[in-house]
Amino acid sequence: MAKTKKVVQLMPTDIKEELLKKYPPKVARKRAQQIMINEATESEAPPEILANVRTIPGIITMRGCTYAGCKGVIMGPTRDIVNITHGPIGCGFYSWLTRRNQTDAGTDGENYMPYCFSTDMQDQDIIFGGEKKLAAAIQEAYDLFHPKGICIFATCPVGLIGDDIHAVAKKMKAKFGDCNVFAFSCEGYKGVSQSAGHHIANNQVFSHLVGENETPKEGKYKINLLGEYNIGGDGFEIDRILKKCGITNISTFSGNSTYDQFASAQHADLNTVMCHRSINYVADMLETKYGIPWIKVNFIGAKSTAKSLRKIAEYFADQELIDRVEAVIAEEMPDVDAVAADVRQRTEGKTAMLFVGGSRAHHYQDLFAEMGMKTLSAGYEFAHRDDYEGREVLPNLTVDADSRNIEEIEVEADEKLYSPRKTEAEYKALEEAGFKFKHYEGMNDQMDKGTLVIDDLNQYEADKLVELLKPDIFCAGIKEKFSIQKLGIPMKQLHSYDSGGPYAGFKGAINFYKEIDRLVSSKVWSYMKAPWQESPELTATFVWE
Amino acid sequence: MALLRHTPTEIKERKALTINPAKTCQPIGAMYAALGIHGCLPHSHGSQGCCAYHRSTLTRHYKEPISAATSSFTEGASVFGGQANLIQAINNIFTVYEPEAIAVHTTCLSETIGDDLNQIFDKAQKTGKVPEGKTCLGAPTPSYVGSHVTGFSNMVKAMAQLAEPTGKKNHKVNVIPGWVEPADMGEIKRLAQMVGVDITLFPDTDGVLNAPLTGEYKMFPEGGVTIKELKGCGDAMGTLALGEWCSADAARWLDAKCKVPCTVLDMPFGLAATDRFIDVLRTVAGVTVPDSVAFERGQLVDMISDMHQYFYGKRVAIWGDPDQLISMCEFLVSLDMQPVYVVTGTPGKKFEARIKEICADKPFEVKVKAKGDMFLMHQWIKNEPVDLLIGNTYGKYIARDEDIPLLRWGFPILDRQGHQYFPTVGYKGGLRLLEKILTLLLDRKDRDDPETRFELVL
Ligand code: SF4
Ligand code: SF4
Repeated sequence: MAKTKKVVQLMPTDIKEELLKKYPPKVARKRAQQIMINEATESEAPPEILANVRTIPGIITMRGCTYAGCKGVIMGPTRDIVNITHGPIGCGFYSWLTRRNQTDAGTDGENYMPYCFSTDMQDQDIIFGGEKKLAAAIQEAYDLFHPKGICIFATCPVGLIGDDIHAVAKKMKAKFGDCNVFAFSCEGYKGVSQSAGHHIANNQVFSHLVGENETPKEGKYKINLLGEYNIGGDGFEIDRILKKCGITNISTFSGNSTYDQFASAQHADLNTVMCHRSINYVADMLETKYGIPWIKVNFIGAKSTAKSLRKIAEYFADQELIDRVEAVIAEEMPDVDAVAADVRQRTEGKTAMLFVGGSRAHHYQDLFAEMGMKTLSAGYEFAHRDDYEGREVLPNLTVDADSRNIEEIEVEADEKLYSPRKTEAEYKALEEAGFKFKHYEGMNDQMDKGTLVIDDLNQYEADKLVELLKPDIFCAGIKEKFSIQKLGIPMKQLHSYDSGGPYAGFKGAINFYKEIDRLVSSKVWSYMKAPWQESPELTATFVWE
Repeated sequence: MALLRHTPTEIKERKALTINPAKTCQPIGAMYAALGIHGCLPHSHGSQGCCAYHRSTLTRHYKEPISAATSSFTEGASVFGGQANLIQAINNIFTVYEPEAIAVHTTCLSETIGDDLNQIFDKAQKTGKVPEGKTCLGAPTPSYVGSHVTGFSNMVKAMAQLAEPTGKKNHKVNVIPGWVEPADMGEIKRLAQMVGVDITLFPDTDGVLNAPLTGEYKMFPEGGVTIKELKGCGDAMGTLALGEWCSADAARWLDAKCKVPCTVLDMPFGLAATDRFIDVLRTVAGVTVPDSVAFERGQLVDMISDMHQYFYGKRVAIWGDPDQLISMCEFLVSLDMQPVYVVTGTPGKKFEARIKEICADKPFEVKVKAKGDMFLMHQWIKNEPVDLLIGNTYGKYIARDEDIPLLRWGFPILDRQGHQYFPTVGYKGGLRLLEKILTLLLDRKDRDDPETRFELVL
């Protein structure tokens, strides 16, 4: 007998109260500011949300650390750089192949991603300093592999004992001459989450790599794809579509990326930003230094993909491209629509919750919408206010101690390489036609009135939310997966997917529809009680003899 | 093209660079051990990234929720010490999650700062942050010393240190199983029950990390050794520590401080090690081993003799943790297999000596390295191949490159299931290991044999 769902209608305010009830007063006060009921009244904007602040000690958080954001997320997917973790063995070990970044080793065959390099610091290194060992490790890596680049990542104790990793990197780079060595001060304690690590990584890539290759790249419509990490092959699918449209992707930051892609990024004529959180500052820097404008795109969801392609075509304002893009969309959509129509019979009206990263919780709502599914509650693991409320709030963001210790680099127009991609008049014409540069409206905008937007959700609140609202599917990371599933709710991992993908682009949308259909239509969730547990009352007994 | 295409055959000594480690850091071991205490929430004292990594890796290995909290250090805490964070954490944890106990381990960060857990617990206690009847225990686990195995051992020792001897023996035997799977812990309990010995097993993750799906989520499932049982372990008749690296410290501490005599044994993987475990267990408890145990043993011997022709002379490369490797090597050698390459990332000279001793006077030469890495092992394999790999999931890259079958055994296993449910310790576990090895070798033979030699009966 299938269990019937609770029919009690809960008000968002009740839910919020329920989530906060058990906390000590100080914790409750802070969490109250991070749990927002998305309801704008006629005259006022939705309330502010507290984001990008420290996790409360003792609260089981979903977050990771700065190192994870830097080494794991941003630099991890670059195949021809040797990434050496400077620290005790753990950090390097855990970030070894665990993020499902796929890569194509290309014709040169260079691929260091299956390797884990570490200085494996020992107590004597902590006491006497680890710079010598680091220099020796860099030398050994160079002698073994002769890579184009070697990157160094600092872990917590390195910052504490004060190893000057940048000086070591500089010295080794000068010594080799043919290998770019640079370092990242991405100690785990530095920021409040992975987000700080993204920032540190991007700054260094921008300062040490971008612009190095001065040979222009072929291609009529040249773009960069920023904030796409090729989890489960997403980047491959986007590349397939771009190629089909005749658009040249110079560099992806940083899924399936190479040294040369980063080094050539300045040759693109448009930057397209996927994950706003992890990379919006790179887009800004590329614009300031080289004159390349940027737009927000989203290739998660078939309609969003089509929309993003049209946006790119509109920017280049070339009829040939516009026609080509339309032809591709027309060719790809029928397959997508067919699968959507099929799964919709089972997914329509079902509900989802998404608590992922710094843009995915937003992007994936498009896919659910395409299946007729409603998002009841969503939030980010490590976003800032602009990811929720839109970039308009940027000037109002306060700088606290945690954001202050992430270096902001000053960028100026490059004397030689800066060139505006369009004339003032052209830009103006585009904007007047409704084209938006440098724009991201944030997640809240898309979410229904009365839904709950929750920043830095923790395990306790996740389990409570699921108990109260019984969504048909919950999306978060691997750490949350099994506690949600124990509750009998299917859980889809949306950070690194764990299995499946790609979910980007047209083919990805098809994959996602089928995957969600599998999860929400599965019988598995009906097996939890044995027949005798479903109705434990004894109605009759047999008497033997 | 090979996945590990950059690994050269030429072996050069490396002094500073570890490539593809065969170990990880202390706290993850402490976290796993703490999950084997009933009603206990592990807590990582340091910045939150470590905790996230440890939870993710344990989750992927066990496919179970791994709840653990963190002190979420700020830059300030890194400079001024983490006392305020930990006290706040203790308060929040007891209020929100209501565990019976909090088991705190340090990270390389809090260790480097020099936070003193016991002093912080004291302060928490005095300021009323620890509710009546609840327990805080702690273990130092600096990640720049030893490995995840050391962290496990340190937390197990902290568990032993909860002992409150009454001076009256309780007729139980402490068994410290070491870092084995939940299913293995269950099997050790089953064997002890068969022999008729009442044991306190700690840690005990059986029922915690192989919990059923019921539609209810319990942060603290039924299983695990209770704090009360741990307090009583000072009154036991004796302690059996399975594994020098994982378990001996705790047992020796109980011996020295509570006068509970201890015996350190190998982990009961394979025939001989299981024999010794049963034999010592019955001696300590003063009981007679029933025939049912001999029956199971006989089944294992039967399978060894039936299939010996396929094991004989096969060359094996094996990596993982010292205690497991020692027993496995002994088992392989007893089958006339040849563990030619043995690598652990966990330091310890004794390990190399022990492996060499096990393989002495055998018709092969063993290359063994403690503080080694999988890059080196792969280089050995490239120079002189093997027939079988035994180790964790990370070996799949070598397996594919070199086209060698891989038996997944050890930690972590990220891409297969079963280790939580099916034991590999004891006689039954031995049978399972043999079955797996046999299947791998025979599947391989079936794949490779020429048509003329492809046969129905093997
Ligand atoms: S910082 Fe230390 S404790 Fe944390 S994951 Fe890294 S090695 Fe392990
Ligand atoms: S998409 Fe999500 S997981 Fe990825 S970098 Fe952005 S925020 Fe992180």
